[in-house]
Amino acid sequence: MAVDSPQARPRHARPIGISLAPVPYFWSRQALEDFYRAAVDWPVDTVYLGETVCGKRRALRLGEWIELGETLAESGKEVVLSSQILVEADSEVATLERVCDNGRFSVEANDMGAVHRLAGRIPFVAGPHLNIYNAPALSVTTQSGAYRWVPPVELPASTLAALLGARPPGLETELFGFGRLPLAFSARCFTARAHGLSKDDCRFRCQDYPDGLPLHSQEGEALFNINGVQLQSAAPFSVLSEMARVRALGIEYLRILPLANLTGEVLDVFHAVLSGDQAPTDGEARLDGLGLTPRCNGFWHGQAGMGVQ
Amino acid sequence: MREPRPHTLELVCPAGSLPALKAAVDAGADAVYIGLRGETNARNFPGLNFHRRQAAEAVRYAHAAGARLFMALNTYPDPGRWPAAAQAVDTAVGVGADALILADLGLLHYAATHYPDQRLHLSVQASVTHRHAIALYAERFGVRRVVLPRVLSLPQVRRVVHNTPVEVEVFGFGSLCVMAEGRCGLSAYVTGSSPNQCGVCAPAQAVRWTETPPAREVRLNGVLIDRFGPNEPAGYPVPCKGRFAVGQHVFHAIEEPTSLNVLDVLPELLRVGVRALKVEGRQRGVAYVRQVTQTLREAIDHCQADPDSYSVKPGWLRILDRHSEGRRHTLGALERPWQ
Repeated sequence: MAVDSPQARPRHARPIGISLAPVPYFWSRQALEDFYRAAVDWPVDTVYLGETVCGKRRALRLGEWIELGETLAESGKEVVLSSQILVEADSEVATLERVCDNGRFSVEANDMGAVHRLAGRIPFVAGPHLNIYNAPALSVTTQSGAYRWVPPVELPASTLAALLGARPPGLETELFGFGRLPLAFSARCFTARAHGLSKDDCRFRCQDYPDGLPLHSQEGEALFNINGVQLQSAAPFSVLSEMARVRALGIEYLRILPLANLTGEVLDVFHAVLSGDQAPTDGEARLDGLGLTPRCNGFWHGQAGMGVQ
Repeated sequence: MREPRPHTLELVCPAGSLPALKAAVDAGADAVYIGLRGETNARNFPGLNFHRRQAAEAVRYAHAAGARLFMALNTYPDPGRWPAAAQAVDTAVGVGADALILADLGLLHYAATHYPDQRLHLSVQASVTHRHAIALYAERFGVRRVVLPRVLSLPQVRRVVHNTPVEVEVFGFGSLCVMAEGRCGLSAYVTGSSPNQCGVCAPAQAVRWTETPPAREVRLNGVLIDRFGPNEPAGYPVPCKGRFAVGQHVFHAIEEPTSLNVLDVLPELLRVGVRALKVEGRQRGVAYVRQVTQTLREAIDHCQADPDSYSVKPGWLRILDRHSEGRRHTLGALERPWQ
């Protein structure tokens, strides 16, 4: 079977599309199947699938992810398989190879090993963890075969503007638009540690936290969100209030990170604002109404990520 | 440019100043790594690092003693920082650094294109953990050595070494990054200063200590990182080593103040073919550099002379623990239970 080619999906002069990032949490097979069944009817153009955080989690096998992808593809969505972000064990290297060589869907490369595996063979999405900060780096990545890139989440709008002004022709940009920011990855499992367990004996405690495990300062300030070997921001990032500037950047996609319960509602809000049916301020009010407060956007303004303007 | 001595474990030591560099060389470092002033390297601290002339002097001093000099240029420059970063590559080559330690794809491309004969090492900040990632940098840019992030177990390090022709360097001693390096946004999230771009984690200007009896509080950009009781040793407030609340439990939810120390597994590192051992700490003083270098020099020499009868001397640990965060040490991710 042929891998979807980027040429099949010209997005020129179209409104900004919405993409659904891979589920970062450890959800059960049933929860994942329910989630992606619902996603068929959600206003998303692209769906990223796969386990990207921890190789011990095996809710679905690769073949089952691809089956889920077929259903989504039949409903007209672009499907991309995402590779694991921090690859350590041999088994994870083997999984990376299988994901890159899947032969059906294109791949989001989340480490340089995936880039190497895909380079010159299969067009790919350069994920947000590849640390592309300047035009020469972007150029190297594009020459390797990236048809889309997701900038690092810490890049401010001013830097994005400079980079996008110099981006290689034809390269699509997908901006992290909403969700808890992926901040750090470790060999250590912090969910296991919070339960006095080591990673080798983790008992999959992360499955008990479908939205992650909150970490607060000793004063009760919400700081981070523990998700196995990953730390996220406690507050979800949102660019909704900055939509005029987002549009001016000339990006093709906004990426929304899944939540355990409210993903469909968040997508509706972004869709309404992006399609011009709703003003950003009204969209913001709807996010408030969903209880998704406080939100942060400091990185967008070149400030502490947890800040908000 | 000089090549490493064959079949030995190279001791690579840090220097943030000429006196520290001389101390490292005099104490037996095989190589010393330094950075230039400014945001072009991952230890951008006030008063630290080298101007061009000092870097040239560092190269001369190291070479006169038979040691090599590496230049760390391991931040990720954004478009505004690119000219200074590219110029830093020119400077490093110009002063005769034996290797450039790079992380950014753009800078690697620049260095490999403009200086094809220059030896390039891949910084820990690039966070490569397996053979496919290493192959990209080796094939594309001719990278000769990779510094592994502190996320791999000892068997995983062994497999990386066995599966790549590229030299492998690992961290041997010093402050422990808990996260995959170059992929940690905790400090940027709290302070706005990105280690990847600015070269500093938890910058000093964001740190505030307050005596609030009975506790001493330390904040990072206003965020409470930890409280210390009377006589309780207080660590530097990086966001990953504070005490936080998870549920009702207040503890070092990410990591305790502790330092990496691999003396316990030195024979294994030697056996699996690790090529170089790196000491963290360009921001540390001359005494640290001298004593840590001397200690590791002695340990490596003992180990290489007779790995089978090698054992860690209590005196080595006493010295190293004195320079460790929280006066404690760990094998970190090299040992599975830590993970």
